[in-house]
Amino acid sequence: MDGQLQQYLPVLILAVVAIAFAVGNLVASYLIGQWINRRRLKSIPAAKNIPYECGMLPIGAGNNRLSVKFYLVAMLFILFDIEVVFLYPWAVVYREMLAENAGLIFGSMFSFIAILFVGYIYAIKTQAFDWKV
Amino acid sequence: MDWINNLIAGLSAGQQLALFSLLKILAAIFLVLLPIVAYTVLVERKVSAFIQDRVGPNRTAPPFIKYLPVIGPLLQRLGIFQPLADGLKLFLKEDFSPSHVRTIYFWLAPVLAMVPALLTIAVIPFGSKLGAEKMVIADLNVGILYTFGIVSLSVYGIVLAGYAANSKYPFLGGIRSSAQMISYEIAMGLSVIPVFMMVGDLNLGAVIDYQAKHGWFILYAPVSFAMFLVAAFAETNRLPFDMPESESELVAGYNTEYSSMKFGLFFMGEYAAMVAVSGMMVTLFFGGWTLPFWGLDQPATSLLLSAAHIGVFLGKTLGLLLLFIWVRWMLPRFRYDQLMDLGWKRFIPLGLANIVVTALVLLLLNRN
Repeated sequence: MDGQLQQYLPVLILAVVAIAFAVGNLVASYLIGQWINRRRLKSIPAAKNIPYECGMLPIGAGNNRLSVKFYLVAMLFILFDIEVVFLYPWAVVYREMLAENAGLIFGSMFSFIAILFVGYIYAIKTQAFDWKV
Repeated sequence: MDWINNLIAGLSAGQQLALFSLLKILAAIFLVLLPIVAYTVLVERKVSAFIQDRVGPNRTAPPFIKYLPVIGPLLQRLGIFQPLADGLKLFLKEDFSPSHVRTIYFWLAPVLAMVPALLTIAVIPFGSKLGAEKMVIADLNVGILYTFGIVSLSVYGIVLAGYAANSKYPFLGGIRSSAQMISYEIAMGLSVIPVFMMVGDLNLGAVIDYQAKHGWFILYAPVSFAMFLVAAFAETNRLPFDMPESESELVAGYNTEYSSMKFGLFFMGEYAAMVAVSGMMVTLFFGGWTLPFWGLDQPATSLLLSAAHIGVFLGKTLGLLLLFIWVRWMLPRFRYDQLMDLGWKRFIPLGLANIVVTALVLLLLNRN
């Protein structure tokens, strides 16, 4: 295993520990909870598992249709998040590059942000972020 | 001790790394993170009681503890045993899953809510050194990008919970929270870029080294800190941004159909995320494990110093956790459109302006 990959080994171990912890909790709670349940009840009646045991039955489907605004937000998120990711490598080399070619490193990212800002203003103008419309 | 040294010397470098990281992970999760989570819940209840002029939990105690002179009643009044009782109660509750849920997702969602919260702590340096071991679980060179990647995953737990419950309130909570969390992720990502422009490295250890030399980033980048703080509140679904489970409108949002330890995992996940994001803020803006005096800003050479460094880090983290709790009981909830307005219309221009201004200042400083 080379060094680049090896530094992710602890992350893998952490992931295994975290998943084991979460699943272990669920299983333990299931076993203990059901054990107590079984001691109290001979069989579990069907009505026990509806949301309100002694209330009204639920009306309509569980998931209603949702506003298209949410999809719009998700699409805009992808655009802007990619932009943020592009900014990170630039931020890392910014100071080193300043010594060599200050105009290039500043100008290039400034123009990138400026172009992006035009798109952002378009999104605002078309009321993509207005929730009362 | 000899046989331990021999055992360690007999292992290959990869095995040593695996062994040490396993030890660090177990200690960080089970000795530090989970106890902090448990007692943050207690502190939350005590602080809320204090703010609302109530007493708070002061009854729970194991049998016979009250016969201990002085200490017993004091511990009981402080509610020290309350988190233990809460945890035990969650285990013993009937594990109820309503008949109308989508079973697989219903079981998957709590795990997906808990795991990212635990994974986030991997790159946070919680101390300088213990012997030759760096006190960070994974010293990744992409540090902060890893964090953002994992934080993005945490939205799945809540969305899946909302979908799996197949019921109206959880569904609304899940949808709301997905939009909220992805909106504030952009603000969070933009806010810390000035920090990395100054440091020139994505590794969080490098960020701390820079702060030890030049001073904390809260002084250089206060706007970044303010944005990061607000985004952190939104990302962890804390008041004033707790839209996903706003009790007065959505009953309990995505939590509604959950009970027993499945609810417990959501609950622990929320608090673990809070601890992780506090640790992140300490690392990025408050100098991590360093203090500018008493020579605490150099990597530790002795056992005492490394313990002090871990103590400093935990102290700062607990201070920020107190801030989280305090804010929750001081501010009312935002309206949903106000929340989205703040994220999209205020924070994105502010974050971009912050980056451009920082770039200009660095440019001018470089010219002299």
